[in-house]
Amino acid sequence: MEEGNKIPKSASSRLCCRCNERKPALKRPKTLEQICRKCFYEVFEEEIHQVIVGNQLFKAGERVAIGASGGKDSTVLAYVMSELNRRHNYGLDLFLLSVDEGITGYRDDSLETVKRNEVQYGLPLKIVSYKELYGWTMDEIVKVIGLKNNCTFCGVFRRQALDRGAAYLKVDKLVTGHNADDIAETVLLNILRGDVARLSRCTSITTGEDGPIPRCKPFKYTYEKEIVMYAYFKKLDYFSTECIYSPNAYRGFAREFIKDLERIRPRAIVDIIKSGENFRISTSTKMPEQGTCERCGYISSQKWCKACVLLEGLNRGLPKLGIGRSRGLENGNGNRKDMEQNGDVRSIESKQCGSLDF
Amino acid sequence: MHLTLEFGGGLELLCDSVKIHNVDVELKKGLEKLTMKDLLAWVRTNLIKERPEMFMKGDTVRPGVLVLVNDCDWELSGQLETTLQEKDVVVFISTLHGG
Repeated sequence: MEEGNKIPKSASSRLCCRCNERKPALKRPKTLEQICRKCFYEVFEEEIHQVIVGNQLFKAGERVAIGASGGKDSTVLAYVMSELNRRHNYGLDLFLLSVDEGITGYRDDSLETVKRNEVQYGLPLKIVSYKELYGWTMDEIVKVIGLKNNCTFCGVFRRQALDRGAAYLKVDKLVTGHNADDIAETVLLNILRGDVARLSRCTSITTGEDGPIPRCKPFKYTYEKEIVMYAYFKKLDYFSTECIYSPNAYRGFAREFIKDLERIRPRAIVDIIKSGENFRISTSTKMPEQGTCERCGYISSQKWCKACVLLEGLNRGLPKLGIGRSRGLENGNGNRKDMEQNGDVRSIESKQCGSLDF
Repeated sequence: MHLTLEFGGGLELLCDSVKIHNVDVELKKGLEKLTMKDLLAWVRTNLIKERPEMFMKGDTVRPGVLVLVNDCDWELSGQLETTLQEKDVVVFISTLHGG
């Protein structure tokens, strides 16, 4: 036995810690376990099943739309959802819902992937486009607003686009492929930006229950690394390029930091999510109240919903409308310079919401 | 040493959009073994045609890039210390893109 201490252990001398039969194929970041391919598929799928059941995400007979972009998360989500639906008899009617933002060289290619997914997984597909819904493609928008704040426009428009697509499909719920890394990034992002309102909501596994379509994130505790490994081993077809407008996004900094953290201590990701879940907002903090947009009827904490404000800005040639810090009248330290810059915004937005528009 | 290198998840764009490369890596003088550390340096010099910071950070791969040696996570074989054999297949997959 002493000799064993002198001979360095190689990976091949260890066996999968779960089945003790096969050679390990990867090290799980969540648990640091060395696990073989077959066991990995099993724990990966089983854990997601437990998240779905434990959080009561669905009811039998529901129509559910899967937000599909053709990327790694949504492809694996579509695959796993149809598999679990079958295996555990969730009794769900699944659909694929895709959003075409009109980004040449990015979205047109990834949509081809979703069309293939439609065939591969046998799930009906609906595509909604910004052009159809708003009269603007992202390419056109970026030409007008420049390379800053692109994600603000795109994200706001996409949320509404998904809701409208979901309404068209008459679904009861929307699922998206946001993974643990994404949620940890969002928690950090909201802390860095002082967005208390979003911080209190961003770790919920189901959001928008009081809105048009509730949406949930079955991959909330699933590591990005595992999703990619799963897709690689199972040879799932997905599209992988960074959006051409993303290098300028603030989220990139949070992502870089999270990735560096993961390298040192992989559990940091689920721990950040746990911290985010345990934040309690002091009752004296002013929080936005939910109402409806006067222009389109969508849910909004302001007079007009964000999408309407942004669209108004685009159509009137005021690309900065809705972008940048808006200090309300309640805030005694109203910065004169800010109010001048935001000009027209004052007449459209009413209540101060407490969030920073980036 | 003959190796097959594969680039996925968008990394192929850094190597002239070629996903699979069959390469012959020369070992450093006096050394019998090739480690992943040596291979990475070789790849950066010989295969990465643009934006090397997307592939590597310091001596190792950029955080967010997964490495598989013969379909096994390199974390199991010692990461940079992993030794390579003739005809090994090394796969680099980036996870840093939309889902």
